[in-house]
Amino acid sequence: MKHSRKENLFVILTILPSTAAIITFVYGFIGWTIRVSFSNWKGIIPDYSFAGLKNFYNLFKNPRFLIDIANNISFSILFIAICIGGGLILAILLDQNLKGVRIFQNIYLFPLAISFVVTGIAWRWIFNPNGGVNILLNNLLTRIGIDNINIDWGWFIVPNQIGPFRLALLPVIVAASWQFVGYVMAMYLAGIRGIPDELREAARIDGATEFQIYSKVVLPLLKPITLAALIILGHISLKVFDLIYVMTGSGPGFVTDFPSIFMYEATFKANNYSQGASIAILMLLMVAVVIIPYLTMNLRRKAKD
Amino acid sequence: MKKKYFLYFSLAIIAILFLVPIYVLLVTSFKGFEEVTIKNMWNLPKTLYLGNYISAFDYLRTNILNSLYLTIVATAISAMLGSWNGYILSKWKFPGANILFSLILFGMFIPYQSILIPLVNFLRFIGLYGSIPGLILTHVIYGIPITTLIFRNYYAGVPNELLEAGKIDGAGIFEIYRYVLFPISIPAFVVVIVWQFTSIWNEFLFALVVTHNPKIQPATVALANLAGSYFAEWNVQMAGALFISIPPLLVYIFLGRYFIRGLLAGSVKG
Repeated sequence: MKHSRKENLFVILTILPSTAAIITFVYGFIGWTIRVSFSNWKGIIPDYSFAGLKNFYNLFKNPRFLIDIANNISFSILFIAICIGGGLILAILLDQNLKGVRIFQNIYLFPLAISFVVTGIAWRWIFNPNGGVNILLNNLLTRIGIDNINIDWGWFIVPNQIGPFRLALLPVIVAASWQFVGYVMAMYLAGIRGIPDELREAARIDGATEFQIYSKVVLPLLKPITLAALIILGHISLKVFDLIYVMTGSGPGFVTDFPSIFMYEATFKANNYSQGASIAILMLLMVAVVIIPYLTMNLRRKAKD
Repeated sequence: MKKKYFLYFSLAIIAILFLVPIYVLLVTSFKGFEEVTIKNMWNLPKTLYLGNYISAFDYLRTNILNSLYLTIVATAISAMLGSWNGYILSKWKFPGANILFSLILFGMFIPYQSILIPLVNFLRFIGLYGSIPGLILTHVIYGIPITTLIFRNYYAGVPNELLEAGKIDGAGIFEIYRYVLFPISIPAFVVVIVWQFTSIWNEFLFALVVTHNPKIQPATVALANLAGSYFAEWNVQMAGALFISIPPLLVYIFLGRYFIRGLLAGSVKG
């Protein structure tokens, strides 16, 4: 629709409250946080005196923060890989025209509806270092006649590492993947159902096997969905907080610490606002690197349509 | 035939694995004090002891009411805001509308850590820090991107001719919304309400930072505190965890289709 200038002005006026709110609470507040990150504010009383890049410099010398970054990268890689791989497998399993698969689909998706706090409580006991899965596994071993092996693994408190990867992260990765694999499954299912049946039928007539139909026809068409899933999971994994806070906390020697936990403790427990703000800004930068290219790409594609 | 059984078998095994956490929550929540030992955490309860649910309910009652108040009010306001924004940004495109939309959308992805310090200071300044209205304001504002996105995508599918007809009849911007668009918006409203309801109910970070008084905190924070301080009574924790999962699970069971649509709206297209 074409509008007169007066109409345009009026239209803009009606969404001014939302626009102003976003500009203030998103962009203004980010600017404010950036200012705090360049300040000397280390107590209850605000101190905005300019500190330059000192806070950032100190963070990159802080062993805790370096562990956090390594942990977040390890977590992100495995979490994304499990969710995308698992989500795709589940979607394909559910796409086999079986009767009654709806119930399975609902079971795989329900974790998304519940709070990370609940997830954290449940999985904290499942991976309890004094019991949990250890007991389950030992019972199973006994039942099949193996008595001489006693599994006594510390799960999320073990200090062991494989290269930069801390094994204590595994339980957290399992819990997070449990909650999000259904998300990716739903995305892939929507994608698969959007592929016209004729396309697959044509491949079948040409003598393609089921496996070939998936690898040569379906998968290539799902590429945009894989990309979207990568971006969504990527930004979720860079922000993970609730689950860690409830399930494990920082852990002994920061084995399960993340930038988000460090930020919360520095700011709201230790009143070290400038340090908290610097961590927050680094988190924002990491997320922006993932999100901004994706948003601009989507926008450009929209403009072309 | 063999393939079919194999498929069902795999689907069932995976489903059982998915239900393990719920199994642990359920069996533990029905165990009495003397039965709750790590040794028998995988065993079924000997009796169905309901005391944990009563304790959990006593402990969480005010917080569940807080969560209901917070969630209902914030969801209602953000649905209305989103509907209007989506209408304007899809049907009354003014110069710069797309850029504005992208700027709004970015707000959905930021780590909220990057706005927490100013937020707390701002809420202190306007006197809403530590209150549910402060939390409502927070959720309404940071809910603008997703609600606007869902409504904008929905309205984009409504033919312009419908609006043109209204315009020819002399209807203005408000009348077109009120008489043409709003009556056909129910599906989008359901998606947005389901989405906002579950995410605000489950939300933790804002609730943790904005509210301090245990009587004013939403249920998620109270549950996390229960899990932290009453470490031994984990049968009560688990009963509490199941308790606060009831509202979103009911929404999921009865309106799952809309829940999934909201989920996908947040992912696929901008």
